[in-house]
Amino acid sequence: MRKLYSLLKYTLLILWGLTTLFPIYWVMINSFKPTSEILLNPLSFPTSFHIENYLQLSNYGNINFLKGFKNSAIISFSTTLLVLFLGSLASYAIARLNFKRANLINSFLVGAQLVPAFSIVIPALIVFKTVRLSGSYLSLILLQTACFLPFSILTITSFMKSIPVELEEAAYIDGASVLQTFLKIILPTSIPALVTAGIFVFLWSYNDLFMSLILLPLREKQPICVLLSLVSSAYGTNYGAMMAALFVTIIPVVVIYTFLQEYIVRGLMSGAGIR
Amino acid sequence: MQEKYTKKYKLWFLLPSLIIIGIFIYYALFATFYYSLFNWRDFSKYKSFIGIENYKYLFRDISFIKAIKNTFILLLFAVVFQIGIALVLALIVDTLRRGYKFFRTIYLFPVIISGSAIGLLFYLMYSYDYGLLNSLLSLLGKEKVLWITPKTALWAVLIPVIWQYVGFYFVIILSALYQIPQSIHDAAKIDGFSEFKKAFYISIPLIWDVLAVCISLVIIGTFKVFDVVYVITGGGPMDASQVLGTYLYTVAFTGQNQGYASAIGTVIIFLGIILSLIAQIITKRERIIYQA
Repeated sequence: MRKLYSLLKYTLLILWGLTTLFPIYWVMINSFKPTSEILLNPLSFPTSFHIENYLQLSNYGNINFLKGFKNSAIISFSTTLLVLFLGSLASYAIARLNFKRANLINSFLVGAQLVPAFSIVIPALIVFKTVRLSGSYLSLILLQTACFLPFSILTITSFMKSIPVELEEAAYIDGASVLQTFLKIILPTSIPALVTAGIFVFLWSYNDLFMSLILLPLREKQPICVLLSLVSSAYGTNYGAMMAALFVTIIPVVVIYTFLQEYIVRGLMSGAGIR
Repeated sequence: MQEKYTKKYKLWFLLPSLIIIGIFIYYALFATFYYSLFNWRDFSKYKSFIGIENYKYLFRDISFIKAIKNTFILLLFAVVFQIGIALVLALIVDTLRRGYKFFRTIYLFPVIISGSAIGLLFYLMYSYDYGLLNSLLSLLGKEKVLWITPKTALWAVLIPVIWQYVGFYFVIILSALYQIPQSIHDAAKIDGFSEFKKAFYISIPLIWDVLAVCISLVIIGTFKVFDVVYVITGGGPMDASQVLGTYLYTVAFTGQNQGYASAIGTVIIFLGIILSLIAQIITKRERIIYQA
């Protein structure tokens, strides 16, 4: 009886695990089959490994996944760096502010986190039009930075608050300036928080569809997620290519996840859930 | 001396972030509300003030009503199933001695993958000729099924949206369960509580504050749903799976009616905030802090 009960528990857990793993496995094996084989045997392991599906990705009509990767890299790395740069400066200031003002800024940031992208894109488009940035990488980078900064500042601030003030005072006494103290003492000490914030900003930026779709109408500049959203209509019945497109898109994310899982879990628990 | 010296720096450190957030979040939010009071189409230079006409029209707009209805259905199912499944899984894993990391790793997979990838994945699974679901049916010797019809489309998008984030709530709930002190578990054991009884009378009441936070997160998350629905059905067929996000996109960028879309954008943020406030009031209880 006891054993049966235990078996039931594991069965439930494994069943849910199958719902998350099996679809990805299914996409992976099918991405190595020609479409005709997918239609005949959608569930079996490929009889031989074909890479034709992957070769098509760099050139399918005007959808170029290599270019998409390049665009994604430009956008996501720039956004991450900008957020970390501005965010760590702001966090340092907030961590050492007096209580009353820090509270005010805290509400400002928490409030900003609640605003969905739907309620801000149209004015953002007008702002970019006015400063002649329409359709540029920079427009998307700036908008994503604004959306992801609040979470990053809150995360980094709570870490910086735990750094003892004595550490800085020692540096001041040795004649270091505020900037030097920040660069040589505060930043290196805060690396764990910077990594956590950085991973989430990168993932959100890489995974973003809505803002990218609206701010970058030119195919030339669109990141990978936008291209992926076009695939179902543009590839017609070329299922093999769709599977390959899907699989290459999730590879970078899976790699980051495999190596940095502990940081991701820690970040999720600090409220980085829904984006 | 030091204080005065650093004060000037603090302002300069803070200012760039505050300006960017101020413009793109707060100013933009106000501007959305402002635009919602105008008849404004095709991003034209000219807009005419029409007061609350756009908001009045919302009540007569069948597509909008459908989108609101669908969003609320999604919200209800997300609260029940996302948190429900996550809670059951977490309660089970809490009773295990090993395997916690293994299950956490695989349950979090969908959480970190983009909505557009999840969308395409389900699009492929639902497809008639070669989809995963129909292959499984054929394997069992059954007829193939057309999965996306006006009647089923809402369920077809609801399932992936809910499924994707179960792992996230699982992690949050499990970490709350792990904070319950061992002494409480020991006491329950001595009193002869079964695992079921312990879950209902001890674990769930003790993590109630965390479940309340989860409900607020589900509400905020539901009003942000876009990618998965956009890729699987685009809100169709015939608005069957339309949610607020996809409808706003359709109105603003296919229908080119930015004034009306701004009204929808304003409604989205108001509903999100009001509902999460209500949820917080309903679920409010004292926070439990364990003493060593």
